[in-house]
Amino acid sequence: MRKRLWLSIALVLIVPAMLFTTSCAKKAVTGTSASKMAQDEAARKAAEKARQEELARKRALEEQRLKEEAAQRAKMEARQQFENEMVHFAFDSAELDATAQDILRRKAAWLRANPDANIIIQGHCDERGTVEYNLALGDRRAKSAKNFLENLGIAASRMTTISYGEERPLDPGHNEQAWAKNRRAQFVIK
Amino acid sequence: MRLKPIATILSVVLILFCGHAFAGYDYVDINNPFLRKIPIAIPQFKAISGTAGEFEVSHSASKLLTETLAFTGYFKVLDPAAFLFDPQKDGIVAPNINFKNWTTVGAELLITGGVLRTADLVEMELRLYDTFKGKLIVGKRYRGQVADQRRMIHRFCSEVVYQLTGRHGIFGSKIAFVSSSSGNKEIYTCDFDGFDPKPFTHNKSINLSPAWSSDGRWIAFTSYVKGNPDLYIKNVIEKRGSVVSRPGINISPAWLPGKFELAATLSFNGDQEIYLLTGRGKIIKKLTNMPGIDVSPAWSPDGKQMAFVSKRSGTPQIYIKNIISGEVHRLTYDGRHNTQPAWSPRGDKIAYTALVKGQINIRVIDVDGNGLLQLTDGPGDNESPSWSPDGSLIAFSSTRGGPSKIYVMTAFGTDQRRLLDLPGQQSEPRWSANILP
Repeated sequence: MRKRLWLSIALVLIVPAMLFTTSCAKKAVTGTSASKMAQDEAARKAAEKARQEELARKRALEEQRLKEEAAQRAKMEARQQFENEMVHFAFDSAELDATAQDILRRKAAWLRANPDANIIIQGHCDERGTVEYNLALGDRRAKSAKNFLENLGIAASRMTTISYGEERPLDPGHNEQAWAKNRRAQFVIK
Repeated sequence: MRLKPIATILSVVLILFCGHAFAGYDYVDINNPFLRKIPIAIPQFKAISGTAGEFEVSHSASKLLTETLAFTGYFKVLDPAAFLFDPQKDGIVAPNINFKNWTTVGAELLITGGVLRTADLVEMELRLYDTFKGKLIVGKRYRGQVADQRRMIHRFCSEVVYQLTGRHGIFGSKIAFVSSSSGNKEIYTCDFDGFDPKPFTHNKSINLSPAWSSDGRWIAFTSYVKGNPDLYIKNVIEKRGSVVSRPGINISPAWLPGKFELAATLSFNGDQEIYLLTGRGKIIKKLTNMPGIDVSPAWSPDGKQMAFVSKRSGTPQIYIKNIISGEVHRLTYDGRHNTQPAWSPRGDKIAYTALVKGQINIRVIDVDGNGLLQLTDGPGDNESPSWSPDGSLIAFSSTRGGPSKIYVMTAFGTDQRRLLDLPGQQSEPRWSANILP
């Protein structure tokens, strides 16, 4: 109640005061240039402020856009890295060494960050050994990568495995360098 | 169609002389039949009525007989340029043959032939003689279409080899293999000597590991046609069959001799184990049960034992399982990577692929673990041994000339030669039983 009373009193005082000011201003247009200059200055300042604000807003938008782009790029890069980074194995082995385990931990992190993604884990071998044995070995390699990810909490339902044995080498060479490259688990996002 | 009724192909097969009384198995030392090749003379067959069409057949048929007998590895076929006279002028039947002419040039055996042709019909008389004894060992007469001469010659080769070794040979057998001629790995088949190679699959995917049923009516193989390595069981003649497409691998088929059942490695349970399947792909039972890879089954000819590859000891080695007792024992100890066992048709040996010091070669070992022999010694990788149905030859693949190609050698590793001239790479040869009529 009290607040309202004060508000009423204020209005009674202010409204006539404003009316008076307006009539004064009319006079000022034709009157002193000093007050006009002050007014111009105020207007300029206001415009400048608006411009600054607009610029800031644009800058923020641009920053936001860049940030989003960077995030998008990072996401794409992470996705590409997920697909491009192979888990490698020793000859005739499906065991995961420390490097392989580190790579798989990164894969698990990506899979947690992308809960909608389902993947295929391919198992591959080098050309040594024989076709049938290598199909079995490739099966074990893919499954050992899958089991490791499962133990890190990735749902088995998100991962399928396939063995290609020695049928799809990355490097067609016939030397240890090529063989090392070809003994791998490869990850494909469905 | 390969399997026409016999009647339409060879209307008459007449035994001119029963050679069984002679059946001289001492011609060929069965302990190593390839140690000493028997010198044999095969003069061009006589054109009996002398027409141009007859000469054509006599030329092609005697050439094929020469090539086919040479292919067996048992014979040294004498160069006709060394013959002392024109055999066309000599007789083809015993009283008219001067055997001295043949023993002088070193021939211990002689094959004479006579060809009679009327239009598209051919009658062929073929005789095998012992030149020192001057006696007929076996004689046969065949009648059929001109186009059937290949089969007539193979029938006679089978008689010749039977007389000399007591076994009918390989002349009705075929070889299935993998070829990338078209740009994709497809299954192909050809005759035992590489004749008439043709694709059996046309699915533009990856096709691997063909295996014949013992009656030659089915081929099982692995194919990625639906994405996963699945096992296909296909009738060779009719368009029917089954697919085993469980999760994981469905690979390395091997038919149980004489049955419509096969062993194969499946991994739907996680581990790679060998199962016995019906010819329709239903699981009958598990044949191995051990953590680690179990793959590449190979049956003994009586089907009572199965050789296979297992990694149960840490490295891939060949093991033998007695199907009746269930007992399993390890066969190979030499080397750290022994795979692809192939049980010899005579039951006494197992050929396999050994990776030793970076070299991949074919070895044989007696079923009791003795008598280890290495049959190939580079260059390149030599793998995938498969026995001919009589156990005399082994087909395999080799990269000795660069790309992988199919080769044949005797069971003792001699006479290694390339079988086929196809573009692309060929691998995984699998020899059938004698299935052609």
